[in-house]
Amino acid sequence: MPGKETIINIEGLSQFYGEKQVLHDINLYVRRGEFITLLGPSGCGKTTLLRLIAGFLQPTEGRILLDGKDISVLPPHKRPLNTVFQRYALFPHLDVYDNVAFGLKLAGVPEDEIQKRVKKMLKLVSMSDYESRNVDSLSGGQQQRVAIARALVNRPKVLLLDEPLSALDLKMRKDMQIELKEMHKKLGITFIYVTHDQEEALTLSDTIVVMNEGRIQQIGTPIDIYNEPVNAFVADFIGESNILKGRMMRDYRVAFIKHEFDCVDAGFGEDVTVDVVVRPEDIYFTNDPAKCQFKATVNSCTFKGVHYEMWVDTDTGYELMIQDYDPYPVGSEVMLYIDPDDIQVMKKERRANTYPAKVLGEGKVEFLDTEFSCDTSGFAEGEEVMATIRFEKVDLLDHEEEADLTGNVVFILYMGDHYHLTVKTETGENIWVDTNDIWDKGDFVGIKILPKDIKLSKPVAGNE
Amino acid sequence: MKITTIAARAYIALVLILLYAPIVFIAVFSFTEAKSLGNWTGFSFTLYRNLFTGSLQNSSGLISAVNNTLLIALAAALISTVLGTLAAVGIHNLRGRKRQTMTFLNNIPLINPDIITGVSLFLLFVFLHISQGYFTVILAHVTFCTPYVVLSVLPKLSQINPDIYAAALDLGATPGQAMRKILIPMLRPNMISGFILAFTMSLDDFAVTFFTRGTIGLDTLSTYIYTDARKGGLTPELKPLMTIIFLLVLVVLLVINIRQSRQTEKIQK
Repeated sequence: MPGKETIINIEGLSQFYGEKQVLHDINLYVRRGEFITLLGPSGCGKTTLLRLIAGFLQPTEGRILLDGKDISVLPPHKRPLNTVFQRYALFPHLDVYDNVAFGLKLAGVPEDEIQKRVKKMLKLVSMSDYESRNVDSLSGGQQQRVAIARALVNRPKVLLLDEPLSALDLKMRKDMQIELKEMHKKLGITFIYVTHDQEEALTLSDTIVVMNEGRIQQIGTPIDIYNEPVNAFVADFIGESNILKGRMMRDYRVAFIKHEFDCVDAGFGEDVTVDVVVRPEDIYFTNDPAKCQFKATVNSCTFKGVHYEMWVDTDTGYELMIQDYDPYPVGSEVMLYIDPDDIQVMKKERRANTYPAKVLGEGKVEFLDTEFSCDTSGFAEGEEVMATIRFEKVDLLDHEEEADLTGNVVFILYMGDHYHLTVKTETGENIWVDTNDIWDKGDFVGIKILPKDIKLSKPVAGNE
Repeated sequence: MKITTIAARAYIALVLILLYAPIVFIAVFSFTEAKSLGNWTGFSFTLYRNLFTGSLQNSSGLISAVNNTLLIALAAALISTVLGTLAAVGIHNLRGRKRQTMTFLNNIPLINPDIITGVSLFLLFVFLHISQGYFTVILAHVTFCTPYVVLSVLPKLSQINPDIYAAALDLGATPGQAMRKILIPMLRPNMISGFILAFTMSLDDFAVTFFTRGTIGLDTLSTYIYTDARKGGLTPELKPLMTIIFLLVLVVLLVINIRQSRQTEKIQK
């Protein structure tokens, strides 16, 4: 609902680096004065999006509006925005004062006003005593304070921050988070913040935009994002979670780990497969057999400071993570229950791998730029079809000799009794795989699909 | 002291003596009046006096050769510094194969023998009907000096955080202002090193100058000495001149070395 209170509108923004698309149709609005965070793993496109807003890159498609005016084609020096860079990017041949004064001098602000504003800003970032210091002689934290002052002194309409704290140690990072939050409150300037650190995003933001593979996954307040993740990626990325296959029996009733639970979700339909998220702190121990919903055996228990982290094996053969203030001995049988409120049901994003394919001839079909054998009866040569392969029917091999094609494991999700892997092929397509084998992120794998597991169908209108 | 240590030191001493004996020889004999080389007729400053008061045979030729040498070296070094810095920024912003190709092309003139550079430039100027003189000599010197500037500026560019240029734009600098106020000041030490290198390369050149100076009687120091020596014996006043040049080069070299060690110290800090 973009309106008067929005300062930035991003409409249909796509970005290509050569053939590679790094942003897909981004639509986003930023409210005046809010602290909004672009959050995602490295390579998700968050920094690209920030650089597009700053003007260091020109969008391939779409536009960026600032106060209703299209700024997509303006060069960076004409945009009333300022950036705080990841590695500070201070000017090493200028001292602290001249670094901060740089923008004001270019803008032709009178000398006495420059002096007043620089001093005030250095005071805000607690760097008043360092005016004439060489920037190379400052610590990382001090350099970042100067970088923040250098950006803020120009009174930008929006401050862009590109992982500004990632080069600092943990203690310094925590302190700077608090200071940034206070500066934001005090100045009332809109902050757009980029980070891969979910905890930092939850701490600082009014709004979080979770991104993955160049697409926005979810936009919401930290509480919304944590409690109601829209998909398995968001649930896994934000905090710890148990992500499980489930089945919506009917409204307010969901089955997973081979037990049925009451829940607060409705509208999925009857007997529909879904994904279920339960946070580890939302599974409770009980001594009351009447409250117990399922039993489990504790198989590990680790002290984590504030709480204990336990892995339990349920009576139905699933592994769950539980966090609790009290430890339970390894090997003990425990009774557990989950509140309906704490069960987050998500629509399944996909049920199987489907790819547009082309019948090459009798028993031959091509998809993912690879030729496969399969049953083509009922389809003519040259016909465009859809090929479907169930997740568990894709075999991963640790060598490429017998493989049909190769790829890299880019994302791993533990689903309680198996792993759900995202494998990116060399042509950049995703294949999703259910497996019991343990793979690591980044592993190079051979992919094998047996002819009997490839099912062809007529393409459905509107399907990609 | 062990015998091996003594042998090692003696070897180094021998190498140094062989390297510097000719220069020391000239320097020593610049302080005597004898016309023929190798005759010691007593200590005297006469040759130095002759050199500076100009009371020597054909002195105007020598002085104009020195002037030409300095003028050409200055012009060539200045032009090379500007061209080389711009080229380095351009090469730095290329990616992958293009960058490799450009660096390779830049390095060819460095390893190409001077005589080939000289002859090929001579043929080119003749082919293009460019009358040869100051202009062609400076042009020729620029062609072999520029790569040295590129090589001194490129490493600094890869040390500079790529966000620094972006930061300047972000704070309201036009690309020109970002170059002037941020990039050039950061590159200045390397540009000066490149300038000094280009200047000494130009000062020192014989082969390229010889082929591109044309027939208007333009002499630099190296071509003057060459002609002078062929005319029958070196003018004695050249000995003090060479001594002075050697000392100047020594000073410049020391300055460059000190600058470099200061820079590395600064980086290590």
